[in-house]
Amino acid sequence: MKRSGYKVEAVEFSYSYGGVPALKQVSFGVKQNSLFTIMGPTGSGKTTFLKALNRLNDLVDQTSRSGRLLLDGKDVYAKDVDVADLRRRVGMVFAMPTSLPMSIFENVAYGPRKRGVKSKAVLEETVEKALSAAALWDEVKDRLDMPAQRLSGGQQQRLAIARALAVQPEVLLLDEPTSGLDPVSTLRVEELMRQLAGSYTIIFVTHDPQQAARLDGEVAFLFMGELIELGTAREMFTRPRDKRTEDYITGKVG
Amino acid sequence: MSHSRDERRAELVLALVALVSVSVLGLITVFVFKEGLPAFREMGLWQFITGHRWSPSQNAFGIFPMLVGTFMVTLGALAIGMPLGLGCAVYMSEFSGPRSAALLKHMVELMAGIPSVVFGFVGLTVIVPFIRTYLGGPGFSVLASSIVLGFMILPTMVSVSYDALRAVPQAYRDNMLALGATTWQTVRMVVLPSAKSGILAAAILATGRAIGETMAVIMVAGNATAVPESVLDPVRTLTSNIALEMGYSAGLHRQALFATGIVLFVIVTLLNLIARAAIRGGSAK
Repeated sequence: MKRSGYKVEAVEFSYSYGGVPALKQVSFGVKQNSLFTIMGPTGSGKTTFLKALNRLNDLVDQTSRSGRLLLDGKDVYAKDVDVADLRRRVGMVFAMPTSLPMSIFENVAYGPRKRGVKSKAVLEETVEKALSAAALWDEVKDRLDMPAQRLSGGQQQRLAIARALAVQPEVLLLDEPTSGLDPVSTLRVEELMRQLAGSYTIIFVTHDPQQAARLDGEVAFLFMGELIELGTAREMFTRPRDKRTEDYITGKVG
Repeated sequence: MSHSRDERRAELVLALVALVSVSVLGLITVFVFKEGLPAFREMGLWQFITGHRWSPSQNAFGIFPMLVGTFMVTLGALAIGMPLGLGCAVYMSEFSGPRSAALLKHMVELMAGIPSVVFGFVGLTVIVPFIRTYLGGPGFSVLASSIVLGFMILPTMVSVSYDALRAVPQAYRDNMLALGATTWQTVRMVVLPSAKSGILAAAILATGRAIGETMAVIMVAGNATAVPESVLDPVRTLTSNIALEMGYSAGLHRQALFATGIVLFVIVTLLNLIARAAIRGGSAK
């Protein structure tokens, strides 16, 4: 299956909304269990890439695409792909920390429960594991029945990560997950990403070059729908090959 | 200088206009209570509300049959209008594309503009004969009134609950879908629970509309002043009672009709207060 050896791979992938291109023939690959950062300014196509990969963009009218977008070597737009199953395999965390209007426990348990897990013991174990993995367990273990929306923004974002982890995804997409968080919560989430990268394939979208540098994985720089540069954070931030990359990371554009 | 004088004049005139609009409410309230309260004094509030016999020629004024009638007809209307209206709102808000949602919304709003006598006429020529032929009884019945009213409350039900559904943050839907939930699961688990206070408000406002509607009900209800024993029996509602007899009433009879108005007034006011509380309770969360 994995001819290329990549977990996620875009092959000359283009995507447009109502005729306006958002991604133009983008090609890159993401290795299994690695931390991959997509960096770029607003409107560069970062979110489009994520929402194309888990097909949340299916909800948008009048889109078109070309090229291929592969998960384990199989096009996610192939006819026999079960979208709900795809979204289980490819979890997503959004920019705005959003807790569903239920208790902390139910927020995390919803996904597994929906997949037919009925046993209370199994659910409790799954929830504890997910919350621990998201570094939230110690803060909430005594109040799992509390409405999740009473948590702080940083806690709600880690809860969103726990919720995504609870369905045991293979790939985790994060769309500027720290844009609404204070610096301390931001660093906690980044630390968490480096820990999780050992067991999940993580695609982290950010507009912040410094955050991309701190995350220290592979980086793709997108600009106006085009892939400008691809490489490790170290290379890109010490010796950018493209003038536009240099301008962006030194704060001259974007 | 003249600019600010214009401004003050406009403010004054508009304040006056607002005052006139509101004072009508005050006038109606005062008038209805002034005309109706003597009836309570004459025969006692309890006697008036629980009395089974309404027979103006014999000075018997008990509105119990009409209270029960209003209750049955309203409940029936809700049983028909609520699921239909909520289903329509959920479809518009969650399933249909934006274009067909806009089209449906226009049509529902158009429906709100149909005069109630037209609803009544359709009920009279279609629903009443249908019930008489296929279900028995005179046709003029609780059921016929409920069906007609059920459709008349649809615009309220649809537009208020649609707004409540649209007010649910899109982020909830995105998160649920990203977890692999289907649209229907998202609606059931997150969207409906989040919108429930708004939907409750829609139901209460629709109830108020059903209780207040007169013309269409008179045309299909049969208007007998007996407590209906089944949904196929004729029925008279509180509003019909007033509209049917006001023309030829005098003395205690007239006062008893105004007293019926007081009872209606209290019921509808209570419903409005509950609806407001429901809406406030929802937005405070």
